[in-house]
Order: sequence, then C-alpha cells, then structure tokens
Amino acid sequence: MSGVSGSTSEHKPAAGAPGFASILQKAFVSAFVALVLFSLMIGIRTEAGPTGQLIYWTRFGELASLVAAVFVGSIAFELIRRWLGPIGAANIIPPFVQGRLSGAGRLIAPALLIFTFLVPVIFYNQRYILDLGILVLTYVMLGWGLNVVVGLAGLLDLGYVAFYAVGAYSYALLATTFGLSFWVCLPLAGILASLWGVMLGFPVLRLRGDYLAIVTLAFGEIIRLVIINWQSLTGGPNGISGIPRPTLFGIPLTPADDGLAALLGIEFSPTHRIVFLFYLILALALLTNWVTIRLRRLPIGRAWEALREDEVACRALGINTTTTKLTAFATGAMFGGFAGAFFATRQGFISPESFTFQESALVLAIVVLGGMGSQLGVALSALAMIGGFELFRGLDQYRMLVFGMAMVLLMIWRPRGLIGHRAPTVFLKKAKAISSDLVKEGQG
Amino acid sequence: MDYLAQQLINGLVLGSIYGLIAIGYTMVYGIVGMINFAHGDIFMIGGFIALITFLVLVSFGLTAVPVVLLIVLLVSMAITALYGWTVERIAYRPLRHSFKLAPMLSAIGMSFVLTNYSQVAQGARVKPVPPIITGGYTLHEGSRGFAVQLSNIQIIVVITTVVLLLLFTWLVARTRLGRDMRACEQDQTMAALLGVDVDRTISMTFVIGAALAAVAGMMYLLYYGLVDFFMGFVAGIKAFTAAVLGGIGSLPGAMLGGLAIGLIETLWSAYFSVEYKDVAAFSILIVVLIFMPTGLLGRPEVEKV
Repeated sequence: MSGVSGSTSEHKPAAGAPGFASILQKAFVSAFVALVLFSLMIGIRTEAGPTGQLIYWTRFGELASLVAAVFVGSIAFELIRRWLGPIGAANIIPPFVQGRLSGAGRLIAPALLIFTFLVPVIFYNQRYILDLGILVLTYVMLGWGLNVVVGLAGLLDLGYVAFYAVGAYSYALLATTFGLSFWVCLPLAGILASLWGVMLGFPVLRLRGDYLAIVTLAFGEIIRLVIINWQSLTGGPNGISGIPRPTLFGIPLTPADDGLAALLGIEFSPTHRIVFLFYLILALALLTNWVTIRLRRLPIGRAWEALREDEVACRALGINTTTTKLTAFATGAMFGGFAGAFFATRQGFISPESFTFQESALVLAIVVLGGMGSQLGVALSALAMIGGFELFRGLDQYRMLVFGMAMVLLMIWRPRGLIGHRAPTVFLKKAKAISSDLVKEGQG
Repeated sequence: MDYLAQQLINGLVLGSIYGLIAIGYTMVYGIVGMINFAHGDIFMIGGFIALITFLVLVSFGLTAVPVVLLIVLLVSMAITALYGWTVERIAYRPLRHSFKLAPMLSAIGMSFVLTNYSQVAQGARVKPVPPIITGGYTLHEGSRGFAVQLSNIQIIVVITTVVLLLLFTWLVARTRLGRDMRACEQDQTMAALLGVDVDRTISMTFVIGAALAAVAGMMYLLYYGLVDFFMGFVAGIKAFTAAVLGGIGSLPGAMLGGLAIGLIETLWSAYFSVEYKDVAAFSILIVVLIFMPTGLLGRPEVEKV
C-alpha cells in the first residue's frame, strides 16, 4: 500500500478526467493514512489498572470500521465533488445564499426580532426551550460585544471571556458582600469590565495581529488563574454560590407575599422568573445592538472601521489610534461585563470553570462565522452554533469533537462567515460622472 | 545557592521541552503566517503515542531500555508527523489564501477535535507511567543536607534537545528542503515561479514541527511520568508564549524563549508561589512585548502602505 501512496504524491488529477481508478486510488491513500493515524490511538486502549499499573487492551474491530468509514467517505466525497462540477460546492452555493440573505435581509431581522419577542408566549410551558433561548441570547450579546472589538475595530481578541468573568464576579461579589441589587450592580459590572478593557488595551496599543492575539489570550488566562487562586476573595475553584436572583425593579419574583405574583394577584409559577430573565437578556442584547449601530454612525465608529481597514492610513488622516483602540476595547469589554452580570444572576452560581479559553474561542467563532461586523450574521451564527451545540447534547463526550469538526468545515466552506459583510458603512454610492476638465485640474 | 543551582537545572529541562514545541509554532508562523493552535495538541498526541508504543513494547518482553526508547522515539515521531501532515492537509491547505482569521479559527477547531479525539479514544483519566529512566548524579553536597541533583532523564532531555536543534539548524541552513523553506518564507509566489513546490514545502514544515513536538511529548512523558488529554492546551500556550517572546519566526528565538519561560516558571515556583507560575510567565510575556513588540530576537516589522 505504501507503493500506492508513493505514486499518488506525484499524481495530479487532470481536470475533466473523472476515471474511477483515481478515485479508488485516493480512497486507498486516505484509508492508509487513517490506518496509521488510528492504529495506536484507536486500536489500543490504555487505562490505569486497579493497582495503578497501566494496562491496555486492543480494539481492532473499531479500528477496522473507522478505516473502512474513511475509505467509503473518501469515495463519496470525491464523487460528490465531481458531481458538483469543477467549480466545487464552496463557490456555487455561497452567492446564492448570500443573494437570498441580502435580498431578504431587510425582512429577516424584523421577523427574527418579532419571533424572539414571542418565544416566551409560544413556548411558555416548555422550560427547556426558554432556557435555550436565554443561552442563545447570552451568546448573541457576547458576540455583538466582541464584534465591536474584532468586527469593527479589527483588533483580534482571544481573551474576551476575561471581561465576561469580570462582569460575573463583580456582580457576584458586590451582591453577596454588600447586598447591592442587580440593577445597581449591572452598570458597575459594566464599568469594571470596561476598566479592565482599558487596562488590557494599554499594553497592547503597539501590538498588532498575532502578537495582539497571544497577549489577549494570556490576559484571559491570567484573569482565570487569578480567580482560581485568589481563594479568599473569589472562593477559588469552588466558585461563589447563592448569588441573588434579579428583581423586577425591587419586586422579587418569588412566591412570597411581596413577590410579583402576589402583587398582581396571579398564581405563582417559577416560569415567571425564566420569562423575566428571557426579556432581560433580550433587552440587554438589543441595547448592545442599538449602541453598536449608533456608534457606527458616529465619528468613533467610523474611526474603528478605518482602523480595521488600514492603521497607517488611519494615522495619516489624523485619527488618534490610541483612543480609538482603547474605546473599542472598553466598549466591547463593557458589554461583556453586562453579559457576565446577567450570567451570574441567572445561574446563581459561578466558578472559574465557566470562563475557559473555550468560551473565548466559541464567541470568536460566532463573530467570525457571522461575518465580522454584520450584526444579523452574528445573531444567526450564535443561533446556529449554540442551537447546534444543544442538538448534539445527547452525544455527550462526542459533542466537542463534532463541534470542532463543524468549526473546521464551516471555515473551509465559508471562510468569510455566513454573511460576508466587510464593506465600510460609508462609501461613495455611485461613481460620479464628472467632466474631464475637472479631472485635468485635479479637482475630481 | 545550591537551591538556585537545582532550580536552574530544572528550569533548563522544562525550557528545553517548551523550546522543542515552540520551534513548531515559529516555523509554521514564519512560512504560513498563522498561529497553529492545534500544535499543542499535536504535542499531546505525541505523548500518547509514545506511551502506547512503550506499553506494547514492554508487553512483548522488550526490556533493553535504550532499544525501547529508540523505537518509541521513532514510532512516535513518525505517527505524530503524519498527524501534523493530515491536520495541515484537511484544515489549513483549503484556507491558504483565505483571509487571515479563517485558518486561525480552523486551527482552534482542529485543536478541539484533537483534544476530544484523544479523550474519546483513550479516556479522560490521567495515564501514569512508572519511571523508565532512573538514577542520576549528585553534583554538590550542600551544607544543610541539600544536594544538587542531576538525574539521567534530565541529561537525556537536554542532550536530545541539543542534538535535535543542531540537526534542525543544519536542515534549515544547508539542505535543499531548508532552502525551499526559507524561500517560501520570503515570498511564496516567487518561490513557486522558481520551481519550489510550495505545497510540499509547507507540508514538510508541518511534518517536521509535529515530529519535534512528538519528541517533546515523549520527553514530557519520561520526565513527568504522565500524560492526559488536556495537557496540550497549557503546554501549547506556554510554548507559543515562548515563540512570541523569542520573536516569532526566529528559530533561535524560539529556543531562547522556551528556556526563558522554563526558567521563569521554575524560579517563580521555587521562590514565590507555585499557583501563580503561569500568571508570572504570561505577565512577563506582556511586559516584554510592551517594550519589545517583536520579541527578543524578532526582526522589526516593516510597515508597508
């Protein structure tokens, strides 16, 4: 079989020469590669035995079926690719989807919004869907927040979860220590998070690209490690429990006499709180969206987009890149902080487990998949990612595996996201027809 | 003083392991210009394959330690290199000329895939191995009963690293492949015009990086005596930190950065607190980058308008 692999390395399939032999050959190579890859990792299973000594047993059946699956899958993949033609799937579908999306885009957003408003009404009795809706909206909000930093200002942030954590811990600590209410803590959490955003922003002002990415990643890890190790303040790995639930401006959502249900004279139901949380996060997310849209129209928003497109040109035009970057970090962090405070009040319990790098990667994936800068795209991709993630809940330990594969495949399929929207919001609508004498004078 | 000497030795050994992983990051970054987030997991896979090969060999009754180690080294390098090749082929090559964030996210996805693949394939529990290489030397008897120890395994780790580094430097500086790699680093289009097979060169870069990571994985297994599916993440971040610290794209820089991170971590654990050793490493990264935005040995980036 090694001979086969040797000959294919020089073999370049000529376009338009289908030939089943070459498909078979490719499949054999793939299967052989799979056999080597999986031989030890799948074929042999190790485990610490009862005495602490490592033992192993073989699983050649699984190995064989996996290799066979790769073989069949490779043939199927090749056939589908040839069937779709030389251009390939990646080039045929996107313009169609994009055309549809941009055409119906004006309708999708309001429709989605109305549907979201109606979710608690339609699914009132289905607690699971409401919880899922809250989760999706939390990630929509995080996505929109990160979108300010990554999508608008073009600053790659791999540690966004740090601000989420700062927001969550700010609310948890302020509420449990000083007994402050959610509505007092919410702005405080936002302010604290944006303060941390500025603190992160200062050292990375001179950095760009991947250096920025690694510093933000390091920052996220530092915050998480400090939370784990500063046991006297944060409770360490045990986290903080008993975080107060939110109130409707002072009216608790409990079965007590002064609770909302008693005041309104209706029967108490725990669903009230879920519905309240749903509308709360919806309001917060819409606030994020509204602020972002408004900021985009302001000079600072224009400056962010200019910074994303070309930093040197930006500086040459007299834009203060320092303040531009810092405001982007601060604004993004603030929304992260809001989302964190909401997360804490919703869960009632937080621990460092919730603020790992995986979360940052997930939010970044939502933003990039949503098309970097497109608000609707971020919302749709959050729905797709979190919803899809929930669909695979039954798969248990295979869930992250499937999630990772989906991330890779989606990136290959749509590298620029579902809605490839990167055009600056300001541009000349039409090429103006100007008379040539103006051009000659250099006024065109 | 003895204590310091001991910590320096420990730091050097840890730094060598980080350096070996960091070379993979820096090489890929130099040629393709992307952060290969899956590289830490490649290191973890290397550790696992070394462990499994070792178990199988021992159960077949092979007990001559040098022979076993050599076979384990070669098998783990070969299979892990194939992992590196496959990852590049599946996840990065289709995105070669795509926009900048796409390959990075694809790499993060691939890292999730590899982490969870080994969790599913080998279980979530830590896999301990009995010490394979034992013995050592006492360098200096201290006054209060503290002796500076240099174990055989430490010697092996450092010697392996040095040999591999020499081999690798020779490969980059003297061979055809190394010349192709340097050409691709400078200008891929021009290299292709001059007859360099860019795809093959990039694949080879991933293969070599993965093979070095496999060595690091095996050294880690021998030195700490355990592997688990999650070890790739932290080691990967640290090694990437090392690569950035040394100046990403620079090979001696990666090794230097690795040693620096290893020493900082060990000394911090020895004199301050073990809990905050990672915080110290990352903080120093941030501080260094503030004052030297391109790392210790990096070339200043030329801004093109």
